[in-house]
Amino acid sequence: MNFFGIPDIYLVILGLLFLSIIMAIIRVIKGPTAPDRIVGLDTINTIVIVSMIIFGLAAGSVIYVDVAIVYAFLSFISTLFIAKYLEGGEF
Amino acid sequence: MVAFVVTALVCFITYLLLTIGSANNASFLNLWMWSIEEIIFGLVLSILVGIVARKVFIKKSLRMLNPVRWLKFIGYMIGPFFIGMAKANFDVAYRVITGKINPGIVKISPNLKTDLGVTMLANSITLTPGTLTVDIDENTNDLYIHWINVKKEALDKMPVDCKFICGKFDKHVRGIAE
Amino acid sequence: MLNQLIDIVIYILLAIGVFFNILAGIGLLRFPDVYTRLHAGTKCTTFGSIFLCGSVILYGLRMWILGNVDGSIWVIHTGIALVAILLTNPTGAHALARAAHRSGVKPVGAVIDELENKPTKKSANKMEAKK
Repeated sequence: MNFFGIPDIYLVILGLLFLSIIMAIIRVIKGPTAPDRIVGLDTINTIVIVSMIIFGLAAGSVIYVDVAIVYAFLSFISTLFIAKYLEGGEF
Repeated sequence: MVAFVVTALVCFITYLLLTIGSANNASFLNLWMWSIEEIIFGLVLSILVGIVARKVFIKKSLRMLNPVRWLKFIGYMIGPFFIGMAKANFDVAYRVITGKINPGIVKISPNLKTDLGVTMLANSITLTPGTLTVDIDENTNDLYIHWINVKKEALDKMPVDCKFICGKFDKHVRGIAE
Repeated sequence: MLNQLIDIVIYILLAIGVFFNILAGIGLLRFPDVYTRLHAGTKCTTFGSIFLCGSVILYGLRMWILGNVDGSIWVIHTGIALVAILLTNPTGAHALARAAHRSGVKPVGAVIDELENKPTKKSANKMEAKK
């Protein structure tokens, strides 16, 4: 099988990473309280960063790694803001 | 003045790392692995950032400029910290599979003075076996820790002894940051 | 020969990293409350990303040593991404744990909770206003 010229082994690895993203999405949907959902989102962010790097390796293009760096810092800032919002009080 | 030079230098090194490999084979204006345009642009940008951010980057002392501390930090990262992290993951794997937990929130007082030291200790505690930093007392620098498997003998003394939670990490951190 | 050996090492590192990331997903589903889920979601993904990024760094190093300058871009940029993950992941975990405790989530089956007695900023302000 040749899917956009990506070797088979990287397809398997990206599929397994997608499986763990799906487990985190189940937690986001089920989670009884709001902090539970945010924990799921934080885990999804980290896995997405790593799978961007692996996809860059599979596609042989280094630009995905730069996108991953920017995504890491932006997702960190969004997590901090949501945590501050849940905590209540003044900004 | 020293603060400005240090900030601009750190900025310039970061810029050089991010633009490594920009040398152009067709042009002869290359400095080893960088093209001359990137170097000029990086110099201008880092001088601007150094003027703006010199008071934010360096607060009081220049203690962390000592290279011995950097070597200690790198040794700490690849030695005790990495081993602690590997243990932590097998611990979490064991608890995921068996489901045995005995959680609680305890307070420890590591007696660190600087902000950098407290940050490093808190991050190390979060990534090592069975513990997670929840809150901090800003006046006394006490840490509140969620512990996944509370030991009975640790609860005898009321601010729980440091060695149950962080092992030897506080000594390493004190050597690096204070 | 050496090339194939390095390929095998890269595949082993990828397998270890993927195993720990899947462990994080299972932990998120199985644990009973927010704090224990944070244990799984933070530690396992950070450790898994060290191995996954390590495989990419190894790939770039082999490229660099064999004489292709593009390998240096792979090594340095993946290293910066790994440092970003290592710095931001535990800090985000502290922020979430503190927010969960202040918004009133209690740890399930806790033996001891010393944080409960600590006065928060809001209640301290109320006390001062009453005086």
